[in-house]
Amino acid sequence: MSSALIDLVWQSTLETLYMVAIAGILSALAGVPLGVLLYVTRPRQILAQPVVSTVLGVVTNVGRSVPFIILLVAIIPFTRMIVGSSIGTNAAAVPLTIAAIPFVARLVEGALNEVSPGLVEAAQSMGATPMQIILKVLLPEARGGIINGLTITIVALVSYSAMAGAVGGGGLGDLGIRYGYNRFNPTVMLITVVVLVVMVQLFQSLGDYLVRKSDHK
Amino acid sequence: MITLDNVSKTYGSGPGAVQALKEIDLQVPKGTIHGVIGLSGAGKSTLIRCVNLLERPTAGRVIIDGQELTAMDAAALRQARHQCGMIFQHFNLLTNRTVYDNVALPLELMGQSRQVIRERVLPLLDMTGLADKAKQYPAQLSGGQKQRVAIARALASRPKVLLCDEATSALDPQTTASILSLLQEINQQLGLTILLITHEMEVVKTICHRVGLISDGRLVEDADVGDFFTAPATQLGREFLNDFLKLEAPQALIERLEPEAGTNTHPVVRLTFSGDSVATPLISRLAREHGIDVSILQAKVESIQGRTLGLMIAELMGSDVQTREALTTLESFDLHVEVLGHVQRTD
Repeated sequence: MSSALIDLVWQSTLETLYMVAIAGILSALAGVPLGVLLYVTRPRQILAQPVVSTVLGVVTNVGRSVPFIILLVAIIPFTRMIVGSSIGTNAAAVPLTIAAIPFVARLVEGALNEVSPGLVEAAQSMGATPMQIILKVLLPEARGGIINGLTITIVALVSYSAMAGAVGGGGLGDLGIRYGYNRFNPTVMLITVVVLVVMVQLFQSLGDYLVRKSDHK
Repeated sequence: MITLDNVSKTYGSGPGAVQALKEIDLQVPKGTIHGVIGLSGAGKSTLIRCVNLLERPTAGRVIIDGQELTAMDAAALRQARHQCGMIFQHFNLLTNRTVYDNVALPLELMGQSRQVIRERVLPLLDMTGLADKAKQYPAQLSGGQKQRVAIARALASRPKVLLCDEATSALDPQTTASILSLLQEINQQLGLTILLITHEMEVVKTICHRVGLISDGRLVEDADVGDFFTAPATQLGREFLNDFLKLEAPQALIERLEPEAGTNTHPVVRLTFSGDSVATPLISRLAREHGIDVSILQAKVESIQGRTLGLMIAELMGSDVQTREALTTLESFDLHVEVLGHVQRTD
């Protein structure tokens, strides 16, 4: 394997990690609160708001149902507005983030749903405010499930980032397509796949470790 | 300390509405332990949830320590809830908090400093026998220990009232006994008023001063525990008591019982003695004064809230006149006589 190829793989790995990191962090920052909102506004929940709940639910579902490759090109004007360009690694991070937010939100909502309603009731009986219930009961009790959801999101982002090549975002997937597939170079194809597998494995193991460490159920 | 004034709770509306509570009036004086007993679905859980407004009554008033909870806005209600601890059947401890942090939770919610929290939590852990468990997580504890944590947590805000929602129903008899004695200790040492709901007569017998019986959303009995165990006023109360005391006439006898006295029958009576009448040499007096024989079919002695309670099912054997006089004599004593029926003479 030539040193040029090693450089290329290294460069692409960094690009993938960069896109996944940006999208992972931003989608967690937006998706966790959205997931909490989806949960607490449900009927019979602590901040039941039927209208808000329905609207958020529909928006989230729309976000989740648009195929990523279509989202990628459909929001180009928005991407240009945010990062000043519609091509490159930064430009690819925008649609990745947008796609991941509703994904995270639904996973967080699901994790919160696993918290026993009895705990919320106990907190209410102690005179907790809705905000205190969210911060001191719901989120800490759902911590394991939320970390698990974020791990799933990161792994999905690694996979989605392969499509970033369509907007010149680079990354391992793009490398595999351009060098491995278009130029009939099975070695490159194999290397990118191996690196991706190792990467996913590491993320998953890290996630599992954090879940174990943070959850005392 | 706790007053429920004409409290009703209806779920839903229109023809499908379910009335879970119907015009409940209940008074729990300061420092007493009041039990409410009833079958599943009778409305016990709804009742206790209406006291701290986890369920808002559809009508009526809830007053705790002179404050009308039903008239409060959300913020005032949260303040009032600090006066009112609650424990649950399934403990409801936060799994990701240690024992110490679980007990500290109500104080954190009140915005107390770490210093104050420490000063309050440690004595509570001592009192509930959990001092060596402070750093453990609930998953590492037994059911009884979890309920002790829940009790310590409920006491952290120094409430005046403790609500217990089937607090011992998930525990084995031995653990139940230890939790009950802890509750009794708290009641005596801190003067805490306790309202508990349960389906176990054992709980009522062991620690309650007064007991209410709820049936189909209505409070059908409300009596001193001693009175309830000697003479329940309702059929359901008698069923609860019989079931608890397991004092039924033998099946073979029940099959022979006739509701009305015939020409050739003996009455079968259930006698419930309490207080001084336990000491009366009743049977021998009946035999001596009325010349009848008493055949004892079942008998049992229980101690309830320091009062001795004797129960007996007996057949009074003698002529019609003799047995009628004997019954009159029995009724003149301080005891409860219930004629279960009459059996044909076999002699």
